[in-house]
Parts: sequence; structure tokens; C-alpha cells
Amino acid sequence: MEDLVISLSRWQFAITTVYHFFFVPLTIGLGVLVAILETIYVRTNKEIYKEMTKFWGKLFAINFAMGVVTGIVQEFQFGMNWSEYSRYVGDIFGAPLAIEALLAFFVESTFLGVWLFGWDKLPKKIHLFSIWIVAFGAIISAFWILVANSFMQAPIGFVEENGRLIMNDFGALITNPNVWVQFPHTLFSGFTTGATFIAGVSAYHLFKKQREEFFTKSLRLSVLFGFLSVFLVVLVGHTQGQEMVKTQPMKMAAAEALWDSEDPASFSLFSIVDEKNKRDILSFRIPGVLSLLSYNQFSGRVEGINQLQARYEQLYGPGNYIPPITISYWSFRIMVGTGFLILFIFALLLYFIIRNKNPFQYKWSKFLPFAIVLPFLANSFGWILTEMGRQPWVVFGYLKTADAISKNVTVGMVLISLIGFSLVYASLIGADIFLLQKFAKDIGQPGLDTSEPMDFWEKGE
Amino acid sequence: MDLNTIWFLLIATLFIGYFILEGFDFGVGILLPFLAKEDVERRMIINAIGPHWDGNEVWLITAGGAMFAAFPQWYATLFSSFYIALFLMLIALIIRGVAFEFRSKDESPRWRKFWDWAIFFGSIIPAFLWGVAFTNFIRGVPIAENFTYVGNFWDLISTFSIIGGLVTLTGFILHGAIFLSLKMDEKLSERATQFAKKIWLPNLIIVVIFIVETYFFTDILQRLGVNPGFVPMAAVLSLLAVGWLVANKYAGWAFIVNSLVIFFSASTIFIILYPRVLVSSINSALSLTIYNSASGPYTLKVMSIIALIFVPIVIAYQAWSYWVFRGRIVRDENSLHY
Ligand code: HDD
Ligand code: HEM
Ligand code: HEM
Repeated sequence: MEDLVISLSRWQFAITTVYHFFFVPLTIGLGVLVAILETIYVRTNKEIYKEMTKFWGKLFAINFAMGVVTGIVQEFQFGMNWSEYSRYVGDIFGAPLAIEALLAFFVESTFLGVWLFGWDKLPKKIHLFSIWIVAFGAIISAFWILVANSFMQAPIGFVEENGRLIMNDFGALITNPNVWVQFPHTLFSGFTTGATFIAGVSAYHLFKKQREEFFTKSLRLSVLFGFLSVFLVVLVGHTQGQEMVKTQPMKMAAAEALWDSEDPASFSLFSIVDEKNKRDILSFRIPGVLSLLSYNQFSGRVEGINQLQARYEQLYGPGNYIPPITISYWSFRIMVGTGFLILFIFALLLYFIIRNKNPFQYKWSKFLPFAIVLPFLANSFGWILTEMGRQPWVVFGYLKTADAISKNVTVGMVLISLIGFSLVYASLIGADIFLLQKFAKDIGQPGLDTSEPMDFWEKGE
Repeated sequence: MDLNTIWFLLIATLFIGYFILEGFDFGVGILLPFLAKEDVERRMIINAIGPHWDGNEVWLITAGGAMFAAFPQWYATLFSSFYIALFLMLIALIIRGVAFEFRSKDESPRWRKFWDWAIFFGSIIPAFLWGVAFTNFIRGVPIAENFTYVGNFWDLISTFSIIGGLVTLTGFILHGAIFLSLKMDEKLSERATQFAKKIWLPNLIIVVIFIVETYFFTDILQRLGVNPGFVPMAAVLSLLAVGWLVANKYAGWAFIVNSLVIFFSASTIFIILYPRVLVSSINSALSLTIYNSASGPYTLKVMSIIALIFVPIVIAYQAWSYWVFRGRIVRDENSLHY
């Protein structure tokens, strides 16, 4: 029975959090982009930038609402389903959560209200200030929640007392090296998500030759912003891999399906593994490249699953310390794969922009809007790798997921909430997508361009 | 005063702030289907709380975070033992939150009607459940050794807790009606005032029943004595004053005094609790207190510094946002944008 409670609670946690994280990166990215657009409007006083701010701002608001309501569940589910966890680490883990609410959620929500309803109630500059505060609020929020999450990946700044972890160094918590790779990676992946979204929607309209000035300007901004962001995501991701080899070598071994330690270590291109019997069914590997990823040189030992399992048994006692390999392995590949694909797409568009050529004369440009899904895939699988690859630990080296569960919560209770949340989430995503596509397609503002023929790339700034 | 007490006060403050602020937007959500006769009016009513409801809700989120940080055993025990109730509340808050954002984004009457009811149910459920929850805090729930909850969902339901739920429900409706009488144009304001007048008496009666029951079901007598002292008295007296102020159309004063009602009533609950945070109905020695459920002194100190700096800042800019949107909502399609 207890096993079932654990699995159901894990499913519920995974569903609610992945769902929350559909909306979060778009909030982070669109927030900054809308703020940039309004800044241009306030500086140049050109009506079109106001239109752009409102157009993308509306999509931002729809998405933001979903981020908010899914976030509330997050705040309480540690107590609901993971009360042993909350007791064990609350001393440390609760702090960044409370700080996040106090420093970030208050400003985000208050100033978004001011921004949405204050268009004709506030001086332009204060209105502009509000959206920047919202954008920074989202970033601050990301920082503090990742301080909490990094603690689970690489615990730091505490002593163990009476079976609980007690904080003794707040500074260590926020200078955790893990935060300083995880936060930039997540931040820039959020920027990438926002930029891809704007680029994708703009591409849709440009292919249909609708409101070309409006969407050309949007496209240019988003391509520039997106290219830089995704480049930084990849760069930080590489550093993050190196951090992972140090703090959680088992996660890297699982992500690479590396059974035995190697020096120099090979990078897997394509592996199918038999997890039960701990062997490869099929595996193509490039020698040396995993060492390169881990240490920036073609040699260096990367530990394998079998050796780590033996070491952990000595360290932590008997048990299975191997996370689900197939999932970790493919999550990593999907994230990295989509990462390079996004990089390629932005590079291509950037090339057209610099050469002043119109990509929308080609048939293939019709498929550009589909790129919108790529960062969502990368985000979800990135988290799945991060969290799943840490199993069986919930706090690495200190608390196992199986021991983190609420003792008084029964199968029936988790089933009710799991089904309830899933049903509500499934219907809301329907309504959300309906609205997003409706307003992404809605260009019915009277009195602006469309009729005027224009040279595609030269018009504008 | 020790740090544990400071954190108890701080969390009490967050909850009281939450009830005063979200209290009126719950009330407004419940009144939405009854006060508005046409779509413009529904839009006006929603606009009255549109810029504020999320900022109000963050008071709750911060209270939750503060409980987690300062009293992890309280956070863990409370939310795992009130599991199903909290689940219902979360579902309500989810659909309510998106409804505010979604309802005007499509013209179809069916779409709007759906979200308007979502706002109604999303408001009425938490408004009721908060009373149930706080009544249970003081009445006690079955908590055994090691902070383990040994009851189930039905242990949270009793006549006492249901009356408690009705107290917050009617209280928030009254609060919302007064708020609308302050914020709406003449026509709607008049309707809201009438409604406030109607709901005031039932609210008062339920509050009186609740008070009587408190003497039966809690240890208030041992703790406060027959004369409970200034705070609970002030709650009742202000509620009486609200009746007079509403009847004589002092909407602004009525709103302020009704906020005081909420302030004093919720304070009473926290006074009865202190220094406990969750009473055990099995054995009072097993109750959670601000000492046995707290984080270490180091955490409390760090968090105190942060709270001392930022809570005043939050209050300042939230107050500013209310000031920006002061004045009545006008019946003008163009200014009711989005
Ligand atoms: C990297 C970023 C990030 C991550 C990992 C999470 N969140 Fe989040 N969260 C945000 C970034 C964010 C945000 C960008 O700040 C949101 C999304 C939309 C919004 O309104 O704010 C938000 C909203 C949001 C809200 C609603 C705030 C409001 O009412 O305005 C809560 C309570 C939480 N989150 C709590 C959590 C918890 C407890 C998480 C851990 C499991 C979590 N979030 C993961
Ligand atoms: C928003 C991005 C996040 C996503 C998409 C995500 C995803 C996941 C997934 C998929 C699991 C399930 C792993 C498994 O059961 O094998 C999990 C577990 C967990 N995560 Fe995260 N996570 C995110 C952020 C966080 C953060 C920020 C925290 C804490 C601050 C956190 C705390 C936990 C906990 C406590 C578990 C254990 C429960 C479990 O194993 O299901 N997660 N997460
Ligand atoms: C292409 C190169 C990329 C590399 C090498 C890379 C590397 C990594 C690594 C190693 C982790 C796991 C960190 C850990 O568990 O300790 C991770 C997590 C993650 N990745 Fe990537 N990544 C890449 C691209 C992307 C892209 C394009 C996105 C999204 C647009 C993305 C989003 C995420 C997210 C959201 C997480 C979870 C949060 C975190 O742990 O930082 N990644 N990435």
C-alpha cells in the first residue's frame, strides 16, 4: 500500500510541476520581451510599438494567469504529500520558498495588476516601470525557487540534528555552485521560450503576409534575443554537465547510459539498454567526447553506473541507487537535441535578417511556427532529467523519496487529488490553448498598415 | 519577546491581511451572479477587484511559505491532515484565478456564463472552508505522538466547524457587498448596499451562535476567562457598528470598520491558540506549539531580518496600487478594457 501511495504521489508531483513549468518559462521570457517593446514605445513614441506591447502583452497575461494558479498547488503540496520531507528539511527548504513569496510573488502580482488595468491611469514612465518590475519579479522568483531546488541536488549550509537538517549558513545556500549553473540555465531557457514563441507566431503571420511591418519588427527582436539566449543556454548547459559529474555522477552516468567507468569516456550517440540485466542492447558511442564534455579535454575518468552503485552501497548501505536509465538517457538527448535545433533555427533566421532577405518566400518557412513546441519539450525533459536522475534520493545523499512521503495520506486520498488535478488541468489547457491561438491570430486592429506594400526587411529601423 | 513569538505574530498578520483583502474579493465573486443584471455590470464588478485579487492571494501564499520556513512541523502536519479540504480549496482557487483572466476574452455568452459560475464557486468554497479550518485549529483535531494525524476528512466536519464556515462565508459576503457599494456607480452601489443590509443580520446571528459554541467546544474559558477581554469584545462591537454604518450609507466607514471586525475576530482566534498552532483533541500535551514545531534559531533570525525589511515595502506598494485604482468604476464600455 505504501508503495502505491509513493508512486501516486510521485505522479501527482510530476504532473503538477511539469504543468506549472509549461507556463513559467514563457512568463519569464515574454515578460522581458514585452518590457523591451514598451521601452521602445516610450522612447520613440511610435504607435506601432504600443500596439506590439499590447498584442504580446495580452498573450503574456493569459499565460501568466495559468502560471499563477498552477503555482498555488506547488506551494502547498510539499506539506500535503511530502510531509516527512517538509519536517526533515523545512528548516532550510522553507526559507527560500517564503522569501520567494515575499520578494517576488508580491511584486509580480501587484504590478501586473497595475500594468494591465493602468494603461490610462498612470504616466507612461510609471506604466513602463510596472512591466519591468513584473519581469524582474519573475526572474527573482526563479532564483529563489532554484536555491531551494539546488539544495536538493547538492545539499549545503546545514548540520544534522535530532533527525532533521538545521540551517547554519544562509550564505552557503545562496552561493551554492549548483544554483549558479541552474539559475542561468533556467533563466536563459525561459528567454529562449519567450523568443521562440514570438518568432513562431510572427512567422505564421509573415508567411500569410499579414501586417508585415508589425510582425517583421517582432520577428527581428525575438530572433536577436532568442539567438543570444539559446547560445547561452547551451554554454551554461555544458558547465552544468561538469557540475553534475562532480556532485551527482550517477545522474551523468544514467544520462549517458554508461555502465562502466571509462577514461577517456565515450559519448553515447544512440543507446538502447536493458535496465534489468544492466547491459546495452545497442549502443553507438564516440570515444573521448564525454571526457571532453566533463573536463574540457579528451581524457579524464567518468564513473560508470556499476562502480557508483558499489560505492554508494558502501557509503549509504544496501539498496538500489540507480535512477531510471532509459528515461534519464532520452530526456537528456531530447533536451540537447532540441537545444541545437533551436540554435540552428535562430542562426538561420539571423542569417536572413543580416543578408536582408525574406525567408517567407520559401515553402519551408511554413513550418517555422512549429518551432514553438521545441523549448517546451526541452524545458520539460530538462526537469525530468534533473529530478528523475536524482532518484532514489529526494535530497541527494540525505533523504530518499520513499521516506519523504506523508504518513497519514492514503491511496484513496491521493487518487482523488491526482484525478481531480489532472481533470482540471486537462480542461484548462484546452481553454488556454484556445485563447492563446485566438489572440495570436487576432490582428484585427483597425487603422494600421497591412495595405501598404513594403520592402520586407528594409522598412523599419 | 522571543523569535518564535515574533513569527507567530507575523504569520497571524499574514492570515489577517489575507482575510481582510481576499475577504472582499471572495465576497465580490460570490455576489457576481446576483448583483449584476447584464454583461457590462458583470465586467464592472470584476474590474473592481481585477487589479487586486492576485496581490491579495499572495498573502496566503506568503503565509504558507512562512509557516514552512518558521514552523515546518505545523506546515507539514496541517496540510497533510487537512488534505482533502485543502485539495478542494486549491481546485477552487485554480478555476477562480483563470476565470478572472479568461471570462472576457471571448464573446460567446456560454463561455462567459461558465467562467462567471467558476468565479462564484471558486469564491464560495474557500470562503466557507477557511472558517471550517480555523474552527478546527482551536477546537482541536486528532493528533497523536510525533505530530501524526490519526483522523480522516470527516473529523474536520462538525456543527461547530460548519458554523465557523458560515461565519467566514457570511462575513466575506458582507465585506464584499460593502466594498462594492464603495466602488460601483450609483445603480450598482445601491444594489450592493441593499444586499449588505440584508446579509448583516444573518451574519451577526451566526457570529453569536459561534461565540456561544466556542465556550462549549474550546478551552477559551480557561484561557481567557468569562470576560474574554478587549479584542473579542471589539470584534462584536464593530460588527454592530457596521450595521448602523451600512444602514446610514457611510460606505467608506463601513468598509474600514468591517475590516476591523475581521481583524479583531481573526486576532481572537490567534489569541485562543497562542502559543499553540494546532490543538490536539487527543491530549493537549500533544498539541503543536510555536516551540515544538519551530525551525532552529538561526533560520528564524535570518528570516526575521528579511521579513522586517520587506513586509513594510510590500504593504507600501500594495497600498499605492489601491490608491492608483481609487474611485468608482464607471459604466463606460471603453474604459472597461479587456
Ligand atoms: C524557474 C522558475 C520557477 C520554478 C522552478 C517554479 N516556479 Fe512557481 N512561478 C514562477 C517561477 C518558477 C514564476 C515565473 O514566477 C510564476 C509563473 C507565472 C507567475 O505568475 O509567476 C510562478 C508562479 C508561482 C506561484 C503563484 C504566485 C502568484 O500568485 O503570483 C506560486 C505559489 C509558485 N509559483 C510556487 C512554486 C513552487 C512551490 C515551485 C516548486 C516546486 C515552483 N513555483 C516552481
Ligand atoms: C518547475 C520545474 C520542475 C519540474 C518540471 C520538476 C519535475 C519533477 C519530476 C518529473 C519529478 C518526479 C521524479 C520521479 O518521481 O522520478 C520531481 C520530483 C520532485 N521534485 Fe521536482 N521539478 C521541478 C522543480 C522542482 C523544484 C523547484 C522543487 C523544489 C523546490 C522540486 C521538488 C521535487 C520533489 C520534492 C520531488 C520528489 C517527489 C517525486 O519524486 O516525485 N521540484 N520533480
Ligand atoms: C544543448 C545543450 C544543453 C545542455 C548541454 C544542457 C544541459 C543540461 C543539464 C546537464 C541539465 C541537468 C542539470 C542537473 O540535473 O544538475 C539540464 C537541465 C535543464 N535544462 Fe538543459 N541543456 C541544454 C539545452 C537546454 C535547452 C535548449 C533548454 C530549454 C529551452 C533547457 C532547459 C533545461 C531545464 C529547464 C533544465 C532543468 C533545470 C536545471 O536543472 O537547470 N536545456 N540541462
